[in-house]
Amino acid sequence: MELIQLTPWDLSIAALLVVGLAILSWRLRLGIGQRMLWAMLRTIIQLTLLGLVLKTLFNQQNPLLIGLLALFMLGVASYEVMARQERRFAGSWGIGIGAIAMFSSSFSITLIAVHIVINVEPWYTPQYLIPLLGMLLGNTMSGIAITMDNLSQHAYLQRGAIEARLILGHGWDSAIREIRRNALRAGLIPIINAMAAAGIVSLPGMMTGQILAGSPPLEAAKYQIMIMLLIAAGTGLGSTLAVWIGSYRLFDERQRLRLDRLKGGRYTGT
Amino acid sequence: MPSLALQQFSSPGLQPFDLNLETGQCITLSGPSGCGKTRLLRAIADLDPNSGQIHLNGTPRDQLSPTEWRSRVGYLPAESHWWQTQVRDHFDAEKDTSQLEPLFQALGFTLDTLTWEIARLSSGERQRLALIRLLSGEPEILLLDEPTANLDRTNIEKVEALLERYRRDHNRGMLWVSHDPEQRRRVAQRALHFEKGKLMEGQWS
Repeated sequence: MELIQLTPWDLSIAALLVVGLAILSWRLRLGIGQRMLWAMLRTIIQLTLLGLVLKTLFNQQNPLLIGLLALFMLGVASYEVMARQERRFAGSWGIGIGAIAMFSSSFSITLIAVHIVINVEPWYTPQYLIPLLGMLLGNTMSGIAITMDNLSQHAYLQRGAIEARLILGHGWDSAIREIRRNALRAGLIPIINAMAAAGIVSLPGMMTGQILAGSPPLEAAKYQIMIMLLIAAGTGLGSTLAVWIGSYRLFDERQRLRLDRLKGGRYTGT
Repeated sequence: MPSLALQQFSSPGLQPFDLNLETGQCITLSGPSGCGKTRLLRAIADLDPNSGQIHLNGTPRDQLSPTEWRSRVGYLPAESHWWQTQVRDHFDAEKDTSQLEPLFQALGFTLDTLTWEIARLSSGERQRLALIRLLSGEPEILLLDEPTANLDRTNIEKVEALLERYRRDHNRGMLWVSHDPEQRRRVAQRALHFEKGKLMEGQWS
């Protein structure tokens, strides 16, 4: 099967639909039209740029450039994780926790994938490495952001209960156990749901892409299975790591709940 | 030896001061709201960062783990917090419930109260149960932040009687924040007054 090339004209039809939606939103005063148009513009520009960058990268096969792109992706993902939290850690911890969690999970799992599962030669072949890393980062990013947002939000709202337990002589670890567990659960539910519903309710994006590009459906399915399992592992690993570092950071060496370490947080009590 | 000794003790918003709480002594704290009474109790309980020296029966705090410190220096916040469904879940599961019975009875409950649901408790019940929960851990020092604020006459008397017995029988020291001059006169051997972050030897009224 041949890949049918899309012309700019084809794309503008799709864009017109979104513009129509924005006009509808404006008429109904939903107040979301402007953001939608802005997001559309970002999608078009960012993906076009990515296409150009990948084209150059695939031609050059330069490990240094590939590494730089990978780090850039990590940086942006870390920033996104931080920006999505209502109460984030102040200072370098704000971006650092997400960065460490994503680096340890996404990068190591991508390496396992290219080295052991797919076994590409050389392992940094950008056609495999960059899309895999992108998918892992994108998904672990969501999971970690939800987990961290949940953790800091509930630690803040339930500070009284946390301190009540500290007062009774519980350690920090047990005082925040339920909050940590719930935060982790919230972060992992999307990927668990996605795995459970895959192929029945939704046709996963990557598989759709491969089928449109002409791959045999069964080959596409195998790749999709692999990527979903990797994403689940990466999200689980990354979120667990983030919630541990995060909850640890919420307490100091005397096991005091330090909400002042959250941005916007301050000492409680009068 | 005083049971709790503070030297040049301070916390953000509080001026450094010295204070000795003798064994079996009850000191009341009064002062306008926002003057730092709660902040002082929180700092002694080691819930907020603080500086200076603090000793429990001669042992500096640094030598005790945070969990040990907090179980020996019991703090009762003005508002009680509960995190499980039933009253029972908030008590040490290894503790023999028959040991709890006198505490429950002293404040007008029975052991049956252990099965009550937290969501159905009134604010007064919560406050009294929070005191029972704290005393069941048998702390050596009590830091009480308006322990009778939401209670009626009868219950105030019960709480005061229970605390008085606890102080006498076990020779425990207490710091008691109270807005009621009559109460301060009833329960304290010494009264301190807070003014603009400074601690002063107070009058009874």
